[in-house]
Amino acid sequence: MLAFILRRLFQSVIVMLAVAFVSFVMFNFVGDPVNAMVGQDTTMQDREALREKLGLNDPMPIRFARFVGNALQGNFGLSYRTAEPVGRMIAERLPATLELSLVAATFALIVGLMMGVYTGLYRNSWLSRLFMTLSLIGVSLPPFMVGILLILVFAVLLGWLPSFGRGDVVKIGGWTTGFLTVSGWKALILPAVTLGLFQMTLITRLVRAEMLEVLRTDYIKFARARGLSNRAVNFGHALKNTLVPVITITGLQLGAIIAFAIITETVFSWPGIGLLFIQSVYFADIPVMSTYLVMIGLIFVIINLIVDLLYFAVDPRLRIGGGGGH
Amino acid sequence: MAEPVLEVKNLRVEFPTRRGTLVAVDDVSFSIAPGEVLGVVGESGAGKSMTGSAVIGLLTPPGRVAAGEIRLMGRRIDKLPYGEMRKIRGRQIGAIFQDPLTSLNPLYRIGDQLVETILTHLPMTKAEARARAIGLLKEVGIPGAEDRIDHYPHQFSGGMRQRVVIALALCCNPTLIIADEPTTALDVSIQAQIITLLKRLCAEHGCSVMLVTHDMGVIAETADRVAVMYAGRIAEIGPVRDVIKHAHHPYTRGLMGAIPTISEREGRLNQIDGAMPRLNAIPRGCAFNPRCPEVFDRCRVDRPDLMRAGGSLAACWKAEEAVNG
Amino acid sequence: MIARLSDGLRRALDSDIFYSFRNSPLTILSAVVTLIFFIGAFFSPWLAPHNPFDVATLNLMDAFTPPVWLPEGNPIYPIGTDDQGRDLLSAIMYGTRVSLVVGFCSVAFAMVLGVSLGLISGYFGGMVDSVIMRVADVQLTFPAILIALLLDGVVRGLMGTEQHDNLALMVLVFSIGLSYWVQYARTVRGSVLVERNKEYVQAARVIGLPSVLIMIRHVLPNVLGPVLVIATINLALAVITEATLSFLGVGLPPTQPSLGTLIRIGNGFLFSGEWWITVFPGIALAVFVLAVNLLGDWLRDALNPRLR
Repeated sequence: MLAFILRRLFQSVIVMLAVAFVSFVMFNFVGDPVNAMVGQDTTMQDREALREKLGLNDPMPIRFARFVGNALQGNFGLSYRTAEPVGRMIAERLPATLELSLVAATFALIVGLMMGVYTGLYRNSWLSRLFMTLSLIGVSLPPFMVGILLILVFAVLLGWLPSFGRGDVVKIGGWTTGFLTVSGWKALILPAVTLGLFQMTLITRLVRAEMLEVLRTDYIKFARARGLSNRAVNFGHALKNTLVPVITITGLQLGAIIAFAIITETVFSWPGIGLLFIQSVYFADIPVMSTYLVMIGLIFVIINLIVDLLYFAVDPRLRIGGGGGH
Repeated sequence: MAEPVLEVKNLRVEFPTRRGTLVAVDDVSFSIAPGEVLGVVGESGAGKSMTGSAVIGLLTPPGRVAAGEIRLMGRRIDKLPYGEMRKIRGRQIGAIFQDPLTSLNPLYRIGDQLVETILTHLPMTKAEARARAIGLLKEVGIPGAEDRIDHYPHQFSGGMRQRVVIALALCCNPTLIIADEPTTALDVSIQAQIITLLKRLCAEHGCSVMLVTHDMGVIAETADRVAVMYAGRIAEIGPVRDVIKHAHHPYTRGLMGAIPTISEREGRLNQIDGAMPRLNAIPRGCAFNPRCPEVFDRCRVDRPDLMRAGGSLAACWKAEEAVNG
Repeated sequence: MIARLSDGLRRALDSDIFYSFRNSPLTILSAVVTLIFFIGAFFSPWLAPHNPFDVATLNLMDAFTPPVWLPEGNPIYPIGTDDQGRDLLSAIMYGTRVSLVVGFCSVAFAMVLGVSLGLISGYFGGMVDSVIMRVADVQLTFPAILIALLLDGVVRGLMGTEQHDNLALMVLVFSIGLSYWVQYARTVRGSVLVERNKEYVQAARVIGLPSVLIMIRHVLPNVLGPVLVIATINLALAVITEATLSFLGVGLPPTQPSLGTLIRIGNGFLFSGEWWITVFPGIALAVFVLAVNLLGDWLRDALNPRLR
């Protein structure tokens, strides 16, 4: 088990290096960092001196090593657009995105799981058919459309909920949170639903498919033949066996939520890193883009590691080697 | 004669499909006396497993009991609501399925599966249930039961897993065990052990057995009586010795021909030509007539019901001739 | 000749695929809807009631006309007009055309790229294979929209925003295509690995035939079904991705509006009550994607009898 985790850790480091390399290449070869830093009237000599000072003339491997070293210390250079340190820009906006993603993911997971189990168990009831139809529509509606429709109904027509911003936030250390105020929660509802809806439909469909699959297995039939209660069979034996694939896909989906936050944040003017990223794409602000890439990569790698550890918690076949000893 | 443990009368199992209703089990009647082992034999698709599933009330939907009745210790059980039937399953009727590799939930320790079954049906504390589980594992011949109880199914071999399944079937002292092809998925060398074990334990616990198999050899060794099924109906039923020695139905004789014996030196097993008809294409008259070596005109028109033939009952016009003529 | 034609037709009508098509009203409906969208979009210059890009016909007085069933609606503009006085229905038809062009081109690009890389990966194996497949793995962990956004940003950085807008359509096709090749490559590679060890390939090698050609001839028909299914579902995804990029403002500029651009434009008027400018293009997008998704689902089931 330890060997497995070490191997996964090693793979994670490799993936991170690959992502860092892509980011480094973007940083160094797309646009000229020197151009971005100096004015129009800087002489060639000054530029060359700056290049030398920044180490841009060093060999590639050294520059890459320096890039990684800087990144590890949270130093990602200056934004072309605002000339602020990118690390600080991201750190300021990260709480907004993480809070939004967390709420959206929780919503997607809980509602998706419940709807999936229900539609798997009672697949012919009218409520199941309704859920499945809604989920099909949910998959086909682009997330930004969902956001627009929610704004139209709940903000414009009904006027119940705000349509942009985070509401009042409270600052705790370096972290700004909207969880502590009523207006913060109200502002969170529409974006979180928008962001979570797509993942929720995916989870619903996945759990349903897995439930149907598991309910057909011999051990479920045998569990019924042993006279176990419906609850023990459905929620103990069946649900637990659907968890391994559900964890895999859900893990990936939760990573995707952070990326999809780009869209939601644009629709709701949510001051997170997604909005920052889209602005940087618009201005070809490469340092911000490449930093965002590294950070998303890191989040994905961490999620994948957690998913691997969850496998071990759920499935004894991974935890304990077979043997069939007599 | 004592009251039978299980009595099945004119059982009919149907599968409504889009292209019409399939009759998987048709007019099947039999009974099992206390302590008796009834073998049910036939090719795959003959309806033997379906009969077993109908008895424990676990037909896969849309399959359903369309007619007939099933009585356990005189009590009618085929119309029981799900909750009532659940209390009978595992408590009064134990089940053993074909594949021990897939019968056990891979994510639960075998001890947990035993304990949850015992606690579902018997008024016991957890500790008592666990002690009983260890006792059962010892009984089915699992060495080191005290340690093994906390192992997961994948840590056991196929034969050992089937022993665990047997322990699960027996854990509440049922009056009847339905064993559906209990040895088919196992190595040949282990099959005999499992069958012997099953027979011994059922005798010790005093429970009757409905042993579903396609292996006439297993029946010959184990069963007291045998029912031969073909295309959803019983072709022949009677005491094992009578059926084996004087089979009255040509299909039964065909099945016998498929058992290898050491004495025969010809080196060739007899087999029945052709295949069993599909459920949506059962021929008129006797369902076996297209494959029967002794077929005559009447077989193609009238369907024979079970009739007395020697010590057993057979659904064959030849048998009628033999008795009358 | 006619006999042969009618014979072929009859066989096509008897086939399993057509049978499953005929027996699924939802599939027929989706096919009809998809067809309506195709026709409406590709023949928009002839079918659309107005030309939304002909500045001469635009009348600012007509701007913000609501749909015809609302007070102040005008029967000339059945579902209203936008801020410039453009007929919304015509704009949607033209916009759908742009969306479909981007969708089809990027699917074609992704397909060619993915199928080729899959063939190469499966045929050569070894280092080439592992490099391609590792890249595919890493790329698969990131959502396609993010990849497309990054690529778009990189291209913008390389050529400058102005030039980017001129070439927006190409850039989009490139970015979206490059984010969806993985599935094709995996499917084709799997099939090549199966075929590679078959006897006819070995035999061809022995007699000195170029086994590459033979394999391509045998592999491609095998993967046709799965590739078609992936392509159908990808078309829906590509259209959504394009709309999303355009909505985010990094896709097609307002001078060349796709459905996403129209939604983006309309989004600005949501609060002033002109909801139709954004809702109708949105509905058009959702309905089209839903129909294509349903067709893709059906195709997958029909081509894969084991799933039925």
